This record gives sequence, structure tokens and C-alpha cells, in this order.
Amino acid sequence: MFEVLRTAVSSLWANKTRSILTMLGVVIGVGAVITMVAVGNGASRQMEGVISGMGVNMIMVLPGAPSSGGVRQSAGSGARLTLSDIRAIEEECWSILEIAPQVSTSAQIIFENRNWQASVTGTTAGFFSIREYHAERGRLLDDIDERSAAKTAVLGSTVARELFGGMDPVGQTIRVSSIPFEVVGVLASKGQSAMGPDQDDIVVVPITTAQRRLVRRAFSDSLSSAYLQARDVSMIQSAMDEVSALLRQRHRIGPDDEDDFRLGNMTDVINSLSQSTRIMTLLLGSVASISLVVGGIGIMNIMLVSVTERTREIGIRMAIGARALDIRLQFLLEAMLLSLAGGVIGIMLGYAASAGVSQVLDWPTSVSGGAVTLAAGFSCFVGVFFGFYPAWKASTLRPIDALRFE
Amino acid sequence: MSEPIIQVKDLVKTYKSGDSELRALDGVSFSIDRGEFVAIMGPSGSGKSTTMNMLGCLDTPTEGTYILDGRDVSKLSGDDLAHVRNAALGFVFQGFNLLPRLSALDNVALPLVYARADSGERARRAERALDRVGLAPRMKHKPNQLSGGQQQRVAIARALVGEAPIILADEPTGNLDTKTSGEIMELLTEINGEGRTIVLVTHEPDIAEYSSRVLRFKDGRLVEDVRRAPKGRRAACSKS
Repeated sequence: MFEVLRTAVSSLWANKTRSILTMLGVVIGVGAVITMVAVGNGASRQMEGVISGMGVNMIMVLPGAPSSGGVRQSAGSGARLTLSDIRAIEEECWSILEIAPQVSTSAQIIFENRNWQASVTGTTAGFFSIREYHAERGRLLDDIDERSAAKTAVLGSTVARELFGGMDPVGQTIRVSSIPFEVVGVLASKGQSAMGPDQDDIVVVPITTAQRRLVRRAFSDSLSSAYLQARDVSMIQSAMDEVSALLRQRHRIGPDDEDDFRLGNMTDVINSLSQSTRIMTLLLGSVASISLVVGGIGIMNIMLVSVTERTREIGIRMAIGARALDIRLQFLLEAMLLSLAGGVIGIMLGYAASAGVSQVLDWPTSVSGGAVTLAAGFSCFVGVFFGFYPAWKASTLRPIDALRFE
Repeated sequence: MSEPIIQVKDLVKTYKSGDSELRALDGVSFSIDRGEFVAIMGPSGSGKSTTMNMLGCLDTPTEGTYILDGRDVSKLSGDDLAHVRNAALGFVFQGFNLLPRLSALDNVALPLVYARADSGERARRAERALDRVGLAPRMKHKPNQLSGGQQQRVAIARALVGEAPIILADEPTGNLDTKTSGEIMELLTEINGEGRTIVLVTHEPDIAEYSSRVLRFKDGRLVEDVRRAPKGRRAACSKS
């Protein structure tokens, strides 16, 4: 057995170029599949990271009937979500940890001779923890601001940059729809959200101030929306049920009537996004699989040619006493060694290329064990099968035919 | 007189090519005694090479029996034939048929690999065989670093290494010049003198002269069987 191994190794070594070319097919195929799948996986990991950064245990409440269904009431016609609804949720729903009622509008923000159109959100202190905003300078809004309906504002980093340039905005006075506000803090940048809008292009003010001074509504208690934070991700569904039941009761909705509010949570968003990244991974994987198949065909070709051109060698070996089994074993071992070596190098190349992509493109990658197994398994199968088959055929020839083969 | 080492009886070999059937051997019978030096002659297509392939167990007869060293080998399976080729026969081919990637020593040792000899014994015996043909100093050379005559000597060493009682040489001088041919034939004659049976296929009368017996083939039949004093032996006698 050791002798056969030695023969196989020396025969591969003697045909270095051919061996390397054959291996290259396996190496590239395996490497490509591993890298591509790693890139795809990395993308979905990153996506999930971004989403969970937005708060996975967050529930959104919007006034108005859900978009499904037949005849719906329009959002303004009595379908209201009020601050007292949200306060009631905070008090009565055990599964809700934090609330952030919101009154939103868009307003012209003016500082000295500069102006900037930004979205203005009136909310409570819970907003910052639910949305995971942190103060970069100054402070966030607190309960005192809310209770006193203070004219204080916290700026998103985009707004701060546009209005103040390099200057420190804290302590300055800006005008929001002509009403002066004191800037008490600047938020740390969160960047683009997964859904599109710039999350830093906001001005946050106390909800009481917004309701009294900025937003003119028929009912001053109305909210544009609210964020609720469930105690735990696993409680999202029960929290939503609880909130829904409470709101239906408060809004006096009959058992057969539709909701006049909408609830949403991030898991829906996560599901649809991870669906799309899964499709991307699949796509990348299948493109790479094509290269694996092409590599396999390359191996097949070189193996067929090399074994065929060695038919004479097989004849000589048989003439001096090699049994068919000896011949098969030798070629099987050669093919296995080639495929294994190619597979191992391909796996290393795949890891290296994945790391390279992470480094150069700043794109997280995550090598999947499944892809490694699949790619290595497939190329080994191809290498062994197509290396062995012609040798098996040659070993069944009569020695004289193999010997006479030109 | 002892039993013949090779005995063939009514050997028939037919090849099918399309619808027609080619009868390459048409009922050939002969026997060869131990220690004989036999030349098989005849024009191409006469059946001499086919006979050689049968004798070498490289091909099986369509009909007839072949008794090699007391054993009927005409009905053996592939693996048993491989064993017979390994243990009882040594081949010398026209085209040398050495493995180009292996050194002279490894080429010579190859039959021992298939005889399951351990590596120390293989090296020792292969060296001795190479020494026997005068190539011990070149045992690390690859075939393409050796001249034609040297390659054929390596092939002869390979035929000798397994201590096979029979050497089958198929046009061993076909690719060599006259001088080298003479040297190779002298070597074969010496080996024959050591007690090995040699069967040689050739179409050159000069080469056949080294043998002690000529079997002449024509159209798949044995047409002549002549014994006479070999040239090599005569030369050796006149020297002494």
C-alpha cells in the first residue's frame, strides 16, 4: 500500500505542470464557492446587525386602519391615536417596557442666516433609548423638558452640520417655524437606515412643546405615531396582542369591526430583508457553482487525457505482472491525492479570499461550513471519478491492447 | 528428457474486423525445451507476433491449449495471468517499453513491486540485475539519458530481475544499429548460457543466427522448424 502511495506521489510529481493544472480546476472551483457564499452570508449578517441596531424589540403604532380590507376610514376621520392611549399602554401592558409617542412634522430650521428643512419630532425621553440614539455633545431631553414643555431641542448630526458647520451648537438658539428653541444636545450619527431615510436629519423636541406650539391639529392630544419597546424579542407577539386588545377597548371597537390603528414590528422587516439577502447568497453561490462545474469539467478533461496517454504505461505495468487491481489502486490514489490537495488549497484560498474581501472592500464575510463541505466534496468526487474511470477502463483492456496503444 | 517448458497445441487466434474474420493463427503446435534459444521468424502478418503474445500471456488464444511449465495457462483469468507474467516470464520489447519517469533502477525493480517484494530486497536484486547487464554505474539515470542499447540492457535487466525461467524478446534489436544489435544478442546468448530459455521474434536472418532453433511462420501456420548450432556459441567457442 505504501508502495502504491509512493508510486502515485512520484507520478504526480513527475508531471508537475499537469498535476498543477488539474488541481487548479479544483482550487478555483472550491475557492470561488467558499468566497462567494461567505460574501453573501456576510452581507446578511451585516443586514441583521443593522436591523437589530434599530431595535428588534420595537413595535410601531400608527393611527388609521390597516391597508388590507375593503372600505376604510381615512386617517383623519376620528381614527386617532392619542397620548393618553400610549400612556395607558405604558401603565397597563406588562410586556411593554418603554414608550415613545411621536408628533412629527417637517419644519424650516433657522440659525442666524442659515436655514435647513428637517423633520421635527416631538417625543418623550423613551424615544432615545428605543431608537438607540446617544448624545454626542450636550444632553438628551428628559422628563423635566417634557413636563415644562420647554423650548429645548436636540439636533441630529446632519442638521447640526448643515446649520452650524464646525461650530458647537449646544447653547445656541435656533428657530423652528419661527419659534426659538435652545439646542441642548447633538445626537451621535446613526447613518443611513436600512429603509432609506437619513436618521440623522432630525430635530427632537419635547412632545408637549410640539403639540402646543408646532403642530396644529384638530385635537391637540393626537399623535403621528408611537414606538413601543417590548421587554424582550420573544415577547413581541404577545406584546402586540396586548396593545391591540387595549387599544380596541379604548377606541370602543366592536368585535366584528376593523382596527383603527396599525401595529408593526421589526421582525417583519427583518424577515423580508433576510429573505432578500438569502436570495443574494443563493445567487452568488450558484454563480460560483458554475465555476465549480466548469472546474470539474477541466479536471475531467485533464484526467481523461492523462490517463488515456498513459494507457501504454498501464500496458507495460500489466506486462510485467501488475494485476488490474494494482492499476486501479494506483490511479485512484493519484486522483484522490490531486483532488484532496486541490480541495485543501481551495479551502485555504476561499478563506484567504474571504478575508481579503473583508479587508479591501470593508465587507464582512462569514465562511459557511456547508459551502466548504459541498465544494470540497463535489470537486473530490469529480476528480476521483474522472481519474478513476478511464484507469478502470484501461485496466480491463487486454494487456496487449494497452501495450500497443499509441 | 525433461518435460518441455513451453507446449502449445492447435493454437488458433481469430480477430473480427467488421463482418470478416481474420485468422491470425491457424492451428499451431510446437514445444520448447528448457534452455533452448528459439527464434520465431516470418514475414509480417505471418502470425509470429500473435504467437509471441500468446506465449507471453498478453493475449489469450481463441482455441487450443498452452501449457507453460506444466500448467495450462490458456484458460486462466486476468489476475492469474498477471501472476504468470510476473513470475515465469521476462519481456524485452522492440520499443524498450521502459517507464520514462522512473530511473533505470526503479524500472528494473518494477516487476518486484508487483511480486510484493520489500523495498530493500527490490533494490538489492535490481542492482544485481543491472550489474549483470553492465549498467550498474547508470542506475540513477532516466531512460531518456541512456542510449538505445543501454535502454535495451535496462529492459533485459528488468526481464532478469524476477528470476523468470523464460525471456521473451520481440524484435529486441529492431530499433538498434548493427553494432549495438550484436552486443544485445551477445548478452542474450550469455543469459541463455546461464540456463534461461529465450524465445525471440525477428525478421532479420542475422539476428536469428544467434539462436539454436528457428520456427518459421507463414499465413498463420508453422511451416519450418530447424535446429542448428548458434552463432553466439560458435563465437564464444572460437574465443576460448
